[in-house]
Amino acid sequence: RYYEYIFGHSRRRTWGRRPLAARAEPELFQLQVVIEAADPGCDRHPQLASSEAYHLTVTEPVAILKAPEVWGALRGLETFSQLVHEDDCGSFLVNESEINDFPRFAHRGVLLDTSRHYLPLKSILINLDAMAFNKFNVLHWHIVDDQSFPYQSIYFPELSDKGAYSSNLIYTPTDVRLVIEYARLRGIRVIPEFDTPGHTQSWGKGQKDLLTPCYNGGQPTGSFGPVNPVWNTTYDFMTKFFKEISSVFPDEFIHLGGDEVDFSCWKSNPEVKEFMKKQGFGIDYAKLESYYVQNILDIVSSYNKGQMVWQEVFDHKAQLKPDTVVQVWMANNYARELSRVTGAGFTAVLSAPWYLDYISYGQDWKKYYSVEPLNFSGSEEQKKLLIGGEACLWGEFVDATNLTPRLWPRASAVGERLWSSSNVTNLQDAYKRLTNHRCRML
Amino acid sequence: AENEPSWETPCTKLLVYVSTPGCDGFPSLESNESYKLSVSKGSMLLSAETIWGALRGLETFSQLVGRDENGTYYINETEIVDFPRFPHRGLLLDTSRHYLPLKAILETLDVMAYNKFNVFHWHIVDDPSFPYESSTFPELSKQGAFNAMTHVYTASDVRSVIEYARLRGIRVIAEFDTPGHTLSWGPGAPGLLTPCYIGKAPSGVYGPINPIVNSTYEFVTSLFQEVSAVFPDFFLHLGGDEVDFTCWKSNPEIRAFMVEMGLGQDYKKLESFYIQRLLDIVSSLGKGYIVWQEVFDNDVKLRPDTIIHVWKENNLQYLNEMANITRSGYRALLSAPWYLNRISYGQDWIEAYKVEPLMFEGAPEQKALVIGGEACMWGEYVDVTNLTPRLW
Repeated sequence: RYYEYIFGHSRRRTWGRRPLAARAEPELFQLQVVIEAADPGCDRHPQLASSEAYHLTVTEPVAILKAPEVWGALRGLETFSQLVHEDDCGSFLVNESEINDFPRFAHRGVLLDTSRHYLPLKSILINLDAMAFNKFNVLHWHIVDDQSFPYQSIYFPELSDKGAYSSNLIYTPTDVRLVIEYARLRGIRVIPEFDTPGHTQSWGKGQKDLLTPCYNGGQPTGSFGPVNPVWNTTYDFMTKFFKEISSVFPDEFIHLGGDEVDFSCWKSNPEVKEFMKKQGFGIDYAKLESYYVQNILDIVSSYNKGQMVWQEVFDHKAQLKPDTVVQVWMANNYARELSRVTGAGFTAVLSAPWYLDYISYGQDWKKYYSVEPLNFSGSEEQKKLLIGGEACLWGEFVDATNLTPRLWPRASAVGERLWSSSNVTNLQDAYKRLTNHRCRML
Repeated sequence: AENEPSWETPCTKLLVYVSTPGCDGFPSLESNESYKLSVSKGSMLLSAETIWGALRGLETFSQLVGRDENGTYYINETEIVDFPRFPHRGLLLDTSRHYLPLKAILETLDVMAYNKFNVFHWHIVDDPSFPYESSTFPELSKQGAFNAMTHVYTASDVRSVIEYARLRGIRVIAEFDTPGHTLSWGPGAPGLLTPCYIGKAPSGVYGPINPIVNSTYEFVTSLFQEVSAVFPDFFLHLGGDEVDFTCWKSNPEIRAFMVEMGLGQDYKKLESFYIQRLLDIVSSLGKGYIVWQEVFDNDVKLRPDTIIHVWKENNLQYLNEMANITRSGYRALLSAPWYLNRISYGQDWIEAYKVEPLMFEGAPEQKALVIGGEACMWGEYVDVTNLTPRLW
């Protein structure tokens, strides 16, 4: 596909020019791609620890792209494709170059939300292409939420039968496999998020007795709140459900959510209140949330998956596994949160300054570009615990009609911030390269 | 297969009756867009005074037709008498900050028709580029377009837009904004723009159109002669906004002119000097004109049928501006609260919807001078890749 990217949109082809006569300059005949590791990884999935380093030497007559693993080769191919340019006569040129490159941060992600609005497969795949152009390597698939449940589960088909917007607005197992493979071929990990116990209204449509019934004056109101943490059936369900998820999604990590849990429904429910008393939680519902979360973390751990959670899980003092990744999203004083999370010894991923769904007039890419993720107080070891970040495009006001122009090229600013060295900060220079890059992506 | 009709007898025809012929003409500010729509058992009738009303009625009719689970098209019995509150309902597109391919403009005209817009305000040239291919001054686009081969509107393109719009009852009002916003005119019209000075020497940079030389007015006359012929609508938009006086002030010839004419230090008077002559030229070409509010704010002498376009938005100040304009007897067009290029998070359509154009103090005759408004999609951050989802 890189051959097509580089030579496919040739002006010469569109203007119907005759083939060129021989030129005086040296000619580049070949780009050799060499993967150094004994096991290059071509049949496996990229991981957090994968090497994405590469060495590119462009000289006549043969250019060489060397990388320890295939993932680095992909990054190097992208770079090479950016070095080749077409002159006014339709000749393709590339400067002699020597490049030694590797990412600053290992986790460079984009969050897509397919629950607030369904995103057709094509949209997701186009987005994966754009991510590859920007060396992003994680698709954080926020696949279900309150509004809809488009994930077609094998064990619990009712979840999408009753919870999706409609029967054709779902992701079948085939669809999911396609996304995972399309991503893999671009060196992109797919981390699914099944956010609980809040953000689960749509789960209740297809799974009876999962959500907490809310009460008013001793009577159920008919509406439901977060997942019910006091019933054993809840954990039976989650055990089975996450067994499926663990086998469907090959990445080592699953995102378990845990954000914005509204306690009012729990507080109204007599069984829950009874449980709080029995557990000695007093009136601290954060303890109940942590009780629930800890159980889920245990379940998912037992399937040998690592867990990612939103920051509330850490803030409410749930007991996390040592390798749990905490995603910091609250904009207010996020530097302090990063200090706290890494200070407690946990790995962190930064999203707070990169909520790209918050559109505004003008060149807002500059403020995304100017973020310095390590600008928080902490020791050297602490700072190593910040493994990267994610640009988030929440779907309240986004669907296939506006996803691409809303996300790109603004997300490119985040992509560079996460890959490039910390001293690459010049806005004027970035502007020049970003405008070129945008045209190239089109 | 035939379903057993639980509905009434199927209607197969919408009769469209137009009382005044006019299918070959162009819509105008005075066009009657009223229509009546009657849907009852076995008969559907759309009647309108003019073809323009029929177009509006057709759009309404298309919105009334539903489709049930079996795929049957149905429509409720309906009696509609409809006409627009404001006769000028426009949309501004900016093809200078970013070129918009013809297809994007035509697609926009389609969506405008779905929303009963009836004016396409084509802000066709500005500082960054001059895509309009002029037959009188071909160098303007040759030197001023982003790319003279690929990023221009040929005479044929312009004709396509005008006709495509006409068939949808949409007037095309072209804006050739002067004396400011004209940097792209400079390369193709040497001597047109004011050379700026640093001290005694020209800096190499140019400013607004030079108002003191006769060649300017010869040029403007020829250009607008062409533009008046190319664009059939009675109105032209002449711009007149955001004129930066710094360059004029720096130029010794202009300073001398100011002294000679007794204009003192008031460069607004120099701007008025230019605008007044421009308005006279355009009038003599038989066109009416719309100008941005600065022209009114700066006390330029205007013809009574001038339309003032209100765009400055500062804490509802625009309502005061509307009051002042209409009190002075001019017609007003509102855009200030409708700069759709100024995107923000969330359901910002609500703020645009809540605007009440007539919410200012004034007699009914005054308020009648508000002829409508325009949603503006300035192009600094807009091109074909994001125009449609940003605008609609």
